[in-house]
Order: sequence, then structure tokens, then C-alpha cells
Amino acid sequence: MRKVVFLVIVQGALLLNLPVWAQGPQTTADHAKFEELNGPFADGPSVTRACLGCHTEAAKQLHKTTHWTWAFDNALTGERLGKKNVVNNFCVATASNWARCTSCHIGYGWKDDKFDLAREDAVDCLVCHDTTGSYRKFPTDAGHPNYQAKQWPPKKGKLWQPPDLANIAQHVGKPTRDNCGSCHFYGGGGDGVKHGHLDSSMHRPDHATDVHMDASGLNFSCQTCHTAGGHEIAGSRYAPQAADTQGIDIPGRTDGNHATCVSCHGDAPHGDQQNAKLDQHVSKLACVTCHVPEFARGGRKTKMWWDWSTAGRKDQHGKPLVIKDSDGYATYDFKKGDFEWQANVVPEYRWFNGEVRYARIGQTIDDSAVVPINRIEGGPDDPQSRIWPFKVMRGRQPYDTQNKVLAVPHLFGKDDEAYWKSFDWGRAIKAGLTAVDQPFSGDYDFIETEYYWPITHMVAPKEQALACDQCHRRDGRLANIDGLYMPGSDRWEWLDLIGWLAVLGTLGGVSLHGAARMVAARKRRKG
Amino acid sequence: MARTYLYSRFLRFWHWAQALLVLALLITGFEVHGSFVLFGFERAADYHCNAAWTLLAIWFLAWFWHLTTGEWKQYIPSPLHRIIAMMRYYGLGIFKGEPHPFHKSQWQRHNPLQRMAYLSLHVLIGPAVWISGLLYIAYPYWDERGLLGFGLTPVAVAHTAAAFLMLAFLVVHLYLALTTSEKPFGYLKGMVTGYEETHDESLQPSSRGGDV
Repeated sequence: MRKVVFLVIVQGALLLNLPVWAQGPQTTADHAKFEELNGPFADGPSVTRACLGCHTEAAKQLHKTTHWTWAFDNALTGERLGKKNVVNNFCVATASNWARCTSCHIGYGWKDDKFDLAREDAVDCLVCHDTTGSYRKFPTDAGHPNYQAKQWPPKKGKLWQPPDLANIAQHVGKPTRDNCGSCHFYGGGGDGVKHGHLDSSMHRPDHATDVHMDASGLNFSCQTCHTAGGHEIAGSRYAPQAADTQGIDIPGRTDGNHATCVSCHGDAPHGDQQNAKLDQHVSKLACVTCHVPEFARGGRKTKMWWDWSTAGRKDQHGKPLVIKDSDGYATYDFKKGDFEWQANVVPEYRWFNGEVRYARIGQTIDDSAVVPINRIEGGPDDPQSRIWPFKVMRGRQPYDTQNKVLAVPHLFGKDDEAYWKSFDWGRAIKAGLTAVDQPFSGDYDFIETEYYWPITHMVAPKEQALACDQCHRRDGRLANIDGLYMPGSDRWEWLDLIGWLAVLGTLGGVSLHGAARMVAARKRRKG
Repeated sequence: MARTYLYSRFLRFWHWAQALLVLALLITGFEVHGSFVLFGFERAADYHCNAAWTLLAIWFLAWFWHLTTGEWKQYIPSPLHRIIAMMRYYGLGIFKGEPHPFHKSQWQRHNPLQRMAYLSLHVLIGPAVWISGLLYIAYPYWDERGLLGFGLTPVAVAHTAAAFLMLAFLVVHLYLALTTSEKPFGYLKGMVTGYEETHDESLQPSSRGGDV
């Protein structure tokens, strides 16, 4: 008992001695005291103008980022990437579908291809800096929140209230997981659809879901690793760093980028208590290969298959068909086709050197096989390559069978060319391809595609990391990885055959010899 | 019959330590190879490495011992006719109850076939195991040293092949050691106590000098 009392006192004393930087917000400015933010604000851009009155360089900084441009020049491959320039196998492409897709853009008003990317007041400060949790962009308003109460989903009777812009403006602060997550957890049109390792469970993940972001543990924000300066955020999925050989990131000596495991844990992270062999895997494996044994572990499912070819079906009453599984996930949606969802997904593994080749709009495809949306480069002999875990999104999507290009379907819009209006693929594909200055032959079909997503989040507690024998056994997890000999998994089968035959043959030989000696000895005794 | 002191203390220690370690290495090694599951891969690999380092240390000692004591001479091959005599004995004489054509003494511990067998164990199988094994263990450092242009495969294959040879050797060794002595388990007893019952020297063709 006395011990307990002592412990309580010590604990209390420790709490009282918490350093000042560990308590509460650290900002030196209370935005509620700024007259400029009293409002009322008619719309988002007028809030931005108020922000820019003090933060004079903020919009200029953002204009340079991928978050703004949705374009990414890959220095490694020379490819022009970014949401604006690539095709995917979720909602396929942004072009001609702007107002819907750009509800996740950090700007206001990207409703067609004439959007002025140089406008400073079109930058949406609030979506990243709201701390009230009440700011939401309206799903179909090109990045604007709604300024009047509106129904969403349309005609379902549920009212979506406009946010209180002045109140939000007065309560801005550093971005939290919720800010980043408001887009990144819902990519592809819903919770967990796209990434599988980023979904709504990451707003407040528990220890088992993500040891770093564990809300009651380390409680990392996104920027703890994705360090930010001048609104540029470290870490890119277009040009990921597959192998960090710099070791622990030290200010002044390295790049200040914490978006790799090694930048904090070093390249010999397992410590003296562990089997030394573990650290020796660093030259071949990405950390996440063992430490994210499964993704979509937070209790949400992720989309693994999307078949556009079956879209447009109606039920026996002529009503658009939607089928949901027992957990409430749509497995069929007349607007989008068939889906497959999965939780606790075992990743697929590939050699990866950080180079990703994307299928871009207008690029010719080989339609005799599954079409790669992106190609993961790297191999066993490349010192920059590591074995990485991937979510592989598969599905079927429309393409022009004569020009052999993936279609850019015009899905969203009030015009009759939009697929979700007329449900006519021919018109939708023509309108979409026209919007990106591509010809359409008039013939289309659907083709299977696959899209690789490196898995980096949802790092599991170390007890749940992969054990050796998950890979070091016949048909283990890395069975399809070639270019290396893995004890327990690989062997020369004929050597095993010859070896065991030799051993058994020897055993048989000495047994025969022994038996013959016994017979001979018996004969001698009788004789 | 006479009681001859054949196996010195070091020799017996070396023999039994080696026996234990080789057995442990075979078991854990074939588990690491994926032939069966016993300890689980991680522990098997761990035990295998520890046993390997220990055996290497003992081998090192044994080579030193052989060289400094002159015991290495026990492995010099015998003349062909003596080898043939031994082969004839195992192939024929042993069935007829003929006397062993070879006489053991402290400086003639091995019969001509044993000489060949142990010589190949020490200069072929052993080195094959430990050269491939050391390369195997050192694999993570190949790259940084820029030493070898090939992958782990040839090393692993060589190591596995050597392990099969070792296992086959062990089968023959156990058979001969446990069944061919005059009294049941006589050789086994000899390897424990150091003393072995040997025939009176005068009844056997002398082998001292002639072979060495």
C-alpha cells in the first residue's frame, strides 16, 4: 500500500513537471483575436484573402506543390505525372470529371480545364488548417464547401449544413491527422477505397493498427514523418525512396526528411537484444515488408477489385441496382459496376527501386494481357532495390479497342454525355477522350488492369511483425520473388533428390550388409 | 587379447563434441533447408550458427592438435594391397568369420579404409562444409566488401550437398562402429574409455612401420 501511495506521488510530481512544450498548442498567435477573421465570410476565397493578408507567401508556396498542381514531374523517369496526367483503375481519370474529383483539391473552383492555377485566393487554407473538425468541402462543388444547406446524397433528404467559416477561420492551427485524412483516408470515392493503409481508422488508430499514430500512445501526426517546410510535404508516392541508405536523419547533415523508417530508426534498427540476422535483412527488404504484415487492419475494408464493365444494371422493378454485403459495403453499384472489398489483406511483394512507370493519358497499351496502370521497377541485382509490400488494385475498365488507349470516361456532370446521366459508354468515352484531345475510334471494350500501391502505413506492433518462417518456408510469402536464394524456401530439387537417394541408398546398403552378416554368422554357428 | 590405450583424452573429447555438434548441425541444418519443422526456422537457424561456430573452434583445435602431435600421420593412405585386403574383408571375409586383416595400435589406429574415409572427411567433406558455411554466414557482408559476383545459390547448394555427404558418411560410420567390433559395442566402449581390446600382436601381421 505504502508503495502504491509513493508511486502515485511520484507520478503526480512527474506530471506536474511536464515540460511546457508538451502542453497544449504552441502557437504564439491566437487567431480568435484577429479582427480580419471576424467574418462574416461569403465564401472560401474571402477567408483565404484574409489569411493572405498576414501569410503573404503561403499561396505562392502552395502553388508549387503537387497538392495544388495535381501534376508531378518525375525527375527520375522524365514522366509528367500527377492526378491531372495519369489514368487509374478507380474513377479512372480527373479530366472531364473535375467538379467531382476536385472536391479533394486544396483549391476552390477547379470545375473545368480552364481553372486558373495562378489565383492566390483559390487556395483553400481551411481544409488543412481547420482545428474544429467542422469544415467540409461539398462532394460536387469543385473544392468549395457548400454555402447554403444542401442535400447529400441528392434527393435522399439528408441536409448537409454549411460550415461556419468565421468560426473555423478563428480556430486555425497546425494540420492534424483529421485534416490530412479528410482527403487521404477517403481517396477513390470513399473510406479506405484507395490505399488500404490509410482509412478512417487512422483518425484515432489504436496500437495494433499503427504503433506510431496510436492515439493513446505515440500519437504521431502525419507531419512527424512527412516533414513540411514552406508547405512542401516530404514523401511522394510518385517517386518514393525505396532504400534509405543515409541512416538516421541528422539536422545539417542529411535532408531533414523523416518520411522513411531509416531516418529515425537507422539502418541497424533491431538492437543487440535481437537476432543479428534481422538487421542483415535491411539490404534486401523494406522495413514495412515485415512490419506491415497486413493492411486494412483498422476494422475497415479496402477496395481490391472494381469492374466497370458490369455498370448500369437495374433491378426487376427497373430501379438502379445497388447490392451491399453484410458489413454495408457495396459489392455492386449500378453507377460503377462490381466491387470486391477486403480487410486484413496480405500484401503482394515485388522488388522495387523507387522507380514507377505510369500509364498516362493517350499512351498505347498492349491489350493482349493485363494492362499495368503502373510498372514497379527494380530487381535483385540493383543495389537500390528492396523487396516491398504492395496493395495491387485490380479491375476492368474501358478502352478504345482500335486506338489501343485506356479510355477517359466522362462520368460526372449534368450533361447527357456523362455516363452517370445517360449510362451510354460510347458517348461518355467520346466526351472524355475529346476533353483530353484524344481521338476515339468508336469501338470500346473493357480490359483488366492492375495498379501497385506501396504499403507504408499501419505499422504493426513488433510482436506482430512477420516471423522468419512466414517467408523462410516452402511457398512462403516471398515465393514469387526471384533473384535470391532464401533458405527454407528455395532449393535445388534434384540436389535434394540425389542427396536423399544417396543417404537412403547408403542406409539400405549397410542394412543389407548387416543382414547378410547375421545370416552368415548363423550358418557358421550351425555348420 | 590385450587392452590398448588408443584414444587419448583430447581425441575422445574431440570425437564426441564433433559427434554432438555434427548431429545438431544436421538436424537444424535440414530444418533451415526446409526439410521438416522442429524448432521453427528462427531458432533452428540460430542454433545452427552457434553450433557451427563451436564446431569450427573445435576443428581448429583439432587441426592444431593433429599437426603438433604428429597424429596427422594416422591419415596417410595405406598401400593399395592393404586397402584391397580391407575391401576383401568387408566384402567377403567378414561373412566367413575371417579374422580382421588389420591390427590396431596407438600409432596405427585406423584400418586402411578408415584412413581413406577419415582423410576424405577431414580434407574434403569438412572443408566443403565449413568453407561454404563460412561464406553462407558472411553473406550479408559480400556486397559491402565487393567480394563475390555470385548470389547465395551456389554457396547454399554446395553447403547442402556437403551436408548430404556428411549424413551418408555418418550412416556408414555408425554401422561399422557399432556392429563390427568383436564384442558388442566394443568400439563404442573404446571411444568412451580410451581403451580397446586388441588381438595379441604376434598373431597378426605387423603393420607398424610398413604403412607409415
